[in-house]
Amino acid sequence: MSDASRNGKYRIVHYVNQFFGGVGGEEKADCEPFTIQGPQGPGRLLEKLFRQGNVDVEIVATVVCGDSYFVDHQEDVLRELIPLIRGYHPDLVVAGPAFNAGRYGIACGGICSSLQPLGIPAITAMFKENPGVDQYRKTALIVETANNVTGMEEAVRKMVRLGIKRLHGEEIEFPQAEGCFEQGIRKNYSHTEPACERAIAMLLRKINGDPFETEYPIPFFDRVDPRPAIADLKGITIALVTSGGIVPTGNPDHIESSSASKYGKYSLEGLETLDARTHQSAHGGYDNTYANADPNRVLPIDEMRVLEKEMGFKRHPWYYATVGNGTSVDNAQKFAKEIAVELIRDGVQAVILTST
Amino acid sequence: MSYARPHAGAHPVTHHWRKITVTDLGYSSATRVENGKLLIDKGELTALLRSDPNIKDVQLAIARPGDSVRIIPVKDVIEPRLSRIPGYPIFPGVFSAWDPDSHGIPSGEIVSLCGMVVTTVGSIVGYQEGLIDMSGPGARYSLFSGKHHLVLDISVKEGTERHEHEKSVRLAGFKASDYIARSSLDGSLSSGSRETLINPIDPEYHGSEISDGRKRRPRIAYLYMLQSQGLLHDTYYCGVDVKKMLPRRIVPTEVLFGAIVSGNCVSACDKNTTYHHQNNPIILDLLRRHGVDWDFVGCVITNENVTLGDKQRSSTLAAELIVSLNPDGVIVSKEGFGNPDADLMMNCSKIEAHGIKTVLLTDEFAGQDGASQSLVDSHPNADAIVSTGNANEVIVLPPMEKVIGDDRVITELAGGSSKCRLPDGSVAIELQALIGSTNQLGFENISSRFK
Repeated sequence: MSDASRNGKYRIVHYVNQFFGGVGGEEKADCEPFTIQGPQGPGRLLEKLFRQGNVDVEIVATVVCGDSYFVDHQEDVLRELIPLIRGYHPDLVVAGPAFNAGRYGIACGGICSSLQPLGIPAITAMFKENPGVDQYRKTALIVETANNVTGMEEAVRKMVRLGIKRLHGEEIEFPQAEGCFEQGIRKNYSHTEPACERAIAMLLRKINGDPFETEYPIPFFDRVDPRPAIADLKGITIALVTSGGIVPTGNPDHIESSSASKYGKYSLEGLETLDARTHQSAHGGYDNTYANADPNRVLPIDEMRVLEKEMGFKRHPWYYATVGNGTSVDNAQKFAKEIAVELIRDGVQAVILTST
Repeated sequence: MSYARPHAGAHPVTHHWRKITVTDLGYSSATRVENGKLLIDKGELTALLRSDPNIKDVQLAIARPGDSVRIIPVKDVIEPRLSRIPGYPIFPGVFSAWDPDSHGIPSGEIVSLCGMVVTTVGSIVGYQEGLIDMSGPGARYSLFSGKHHLVLDISVKEGTERHEHEKSVRLAGFKASDYIARSSLDGSLSSGSRETLINPIDPEYHGSEISDGRKRRPRIAYLYMLQSQGLLHDTYYCGVDVKKMLPRRIVPTEVLFGAIVSGNCVSACDKNTTYHHQNNPIILDLLRRHGVDWDFVGCVITNENVTLGDKQRSSTLAAELIVSLNPDGVIVSKEGFGNPDADLMMNCSKIEAHGIKTVLLTDEFAGQDGASQSLVDSHPNADAIVSTGNANEVIVLPPMEKVIGDDRVITELAGGSSKCRLPDGSVAIELQALIGSTNQLGFENISSRFK
C-alpha cells in the first residue's frame, strides 16, 4: 500500500514545465529536469479544488523540466523521470495543463502515455491544436482546455473531476463524455434502442432537416494514384504480392482466414506453375474452391513464366501473401510498408498485386 | 414484367400473422404442439431429411436458453411457419418453381411458431460459419441465445462436392422447418397472438394518391441488399440465386413467407440467416407505423455481386427503382462486409444524387484494437450511418458443458485464430464468429463509437 493510504490522503505527482515550475520563460526552456517537494504553481489550485470536491489529496512532488530540454532529449528524460515518478508511489499523476504550448503538450502527453501501461493513472490537459493532442490522444487521457492560461481555473476543474474518477478506480470507457479528446478508437457498447429503430429515427430527422448525428463519421480515405505504365519490361525484376491468400499447403504461417494479423513470404524458386498439391488458399472471404483447384487463378505463376520469356523481365524468387478479408487497414498498411522496404532492398522495380 | 399481377391495385396486400409461442421442445411419437411444448417425431423427421442422397446422417439435439451449450458451426437458423393461403407456399420457389411476377402474393394468413428455431450445423463447408452460445457472455450478443433450438447436426456422404454439400444442408433446414410447421400448425388454432400487416399500395396503381389537405407524411422506402458472392455467400429470392437476378421490387410481407432465404454463411456476425429475413425488423417497423407516422412506399431488393460491372449495374438499377417509388428517404441495409461496402456506397451516392435522403446500416471492421478505419469504401454523401458494432472486437467465451456440432473448427472460423484457445479452455474470439452479433438489419442493440 502507498503512503497515501496510511495518512488517508491520495498521493499526486504533478508535472510542469520551467515556466509553471517557477524557473523562467523561454530563455530557461533548456532547463534539465528536477523535483520540488510539494505543490508548485497550478499545483496549489489542483490541491484546493480536489479538497473542494471532498477528496483529500497531497501533491507529494512536482517534477519540472524545460520544454526544449524535454523534446530534445525525450527518450533520456522519460527513462529518468518515469522511475523517479514511480518511486513516489503516486495514486495519480497530473501533467500540465499545457494549453497551446506545443513542446509542453508533447512532454505532458509523453509522460502520461508512458505511465498508463505501468498501471499508474495519469491525466493531462491541453488546447485542441496542441500537437500533443494528435500524438497522444490514443494513449493518454487529455482534457480539452482553452488555448491559454486564462482558462486555467476551468481546465483544472475539469482535470479534478476526471482525476477524482481515476482515484476512485473508475474505468474511463468514453473519454469524450469526461471532457477529454476522443481517442479515435472504436469501442462497442450496447445502445438502448435496436439499430433498426435508430435508423428510422435518423432518417426522419434527415428528411425533416433536423440535426442528426451519424454513428460512424466517414473518414478521409488514403487514395493512391496509379503509377504510369512501364513502357519496356526488358531486364527489370517483377514481384508478385497477393491479398488472395495463396499459401503453401498447410498454411505454415497460420495466416488467419479473416482479420489477418500477418503475411507470409514464400519461395518461388524453380516453380514453373502452382498446383493443388503444393499451394492452397487460406482466404475465408470468397469461394476458394476454384483457387484451391488451381492456385494460379489467384497467383498467376504459370502466366508469369510465359510472359517472362516473351517480354524479357526477371522473376523475383519470392512472393508475399496475406488474406485481405476483414483485415484492418492499419494492419494492411503495416504489411505494405514492410513488404515495400524488402522489395526495394531486393532490387524489385515493379510489383503485380493480385486480390480477390 | 407485370402482365399478370391480379392483386395490383387499390387494395393493398394484407397479411394476418398469427404467432404460436413455444416454451419448450421434446420428442414424441407424433409431431405436435401440446401445452406450449413442441413435440417432435424424431424418426419421421430424420427419415425425411435422409431422403436426400447426399446426406449420410442427421442427429437431432435440443438447446434451451440458459443452457451451458455451444452450437457450432452454425449454417442457418429458421423459424417454422405455415402459409394458410391456398396455393401460396412457404419458401415459395424453394421446393417447387414459383414465379412471383405471374402469380403475385395473395392476401391471407400466416402462422409462425415463435420462441423456437431450426438450426443447421455439421462439418464445416467454409470458414465463415459461426457459433451460438446459449449462456454466458456470448449470449448477450445474439437474439438466438434466447430461443429454443432444434439442432440438425448433418453429415454428408464422403466425396460430396462443396456446393452440393452446402445445398443439401440448406434444403434440410427448410424441409425440417416446413415439416414442423405442417405437422404442428395445420388445424384449428386456439391460442396465440395475431397481427395485421398492410403492405404499401402497388406504386403502379396511381389512383390511390389521395390528397386530403393534411400535412403530408414522410415517404420512406427500403433498399434491401442481399449477399450474393458465391458458395456460402448466396441468397435466394423465390428460389432464384439473387446474383443472377436484377434488382426488383417486392411486396414487403413476402419475407414473412420465406420468399428470401439464406444460403449464406458470410460472415457469421453479419450474414442474414433465413430467420433474419423472415423477421426483418426494418420491414416490420416500417409496416407497423405505415400510414400513421410515415408512408412506407416500397421495398427494393438488390444483390452484392463480386465484379465491378455487376456492382455498377445493380446500383444503377436499384437507384432507379427507388426513385420510381418517389420517396423522401431510404433505409439501406447491407449484408456481409468488405467487398459489399463498395455496393453500399454506390447505392448511397446514386440515390442521394436524386435528392433522396439515405440512412445506411452497417457494421464495422475497425481492427481488434478499434484503431483502424471501419469500412473499405466511402462517399461524402454517406453522412447518416447507423453502426451495428465493430465485429473485430474480441470477447472471451468460457467453455460450455456441452457442444452441439463440433467445436474443433473454432480456430478456423472467421474471427478465430490459431491462438484463440486460452489455457483455461476459454476462447478469445472476434464477435465476427457469433451468429447475428452485428446484424445489419438492425436486430441487436450493439453499436460502436469513438472512445
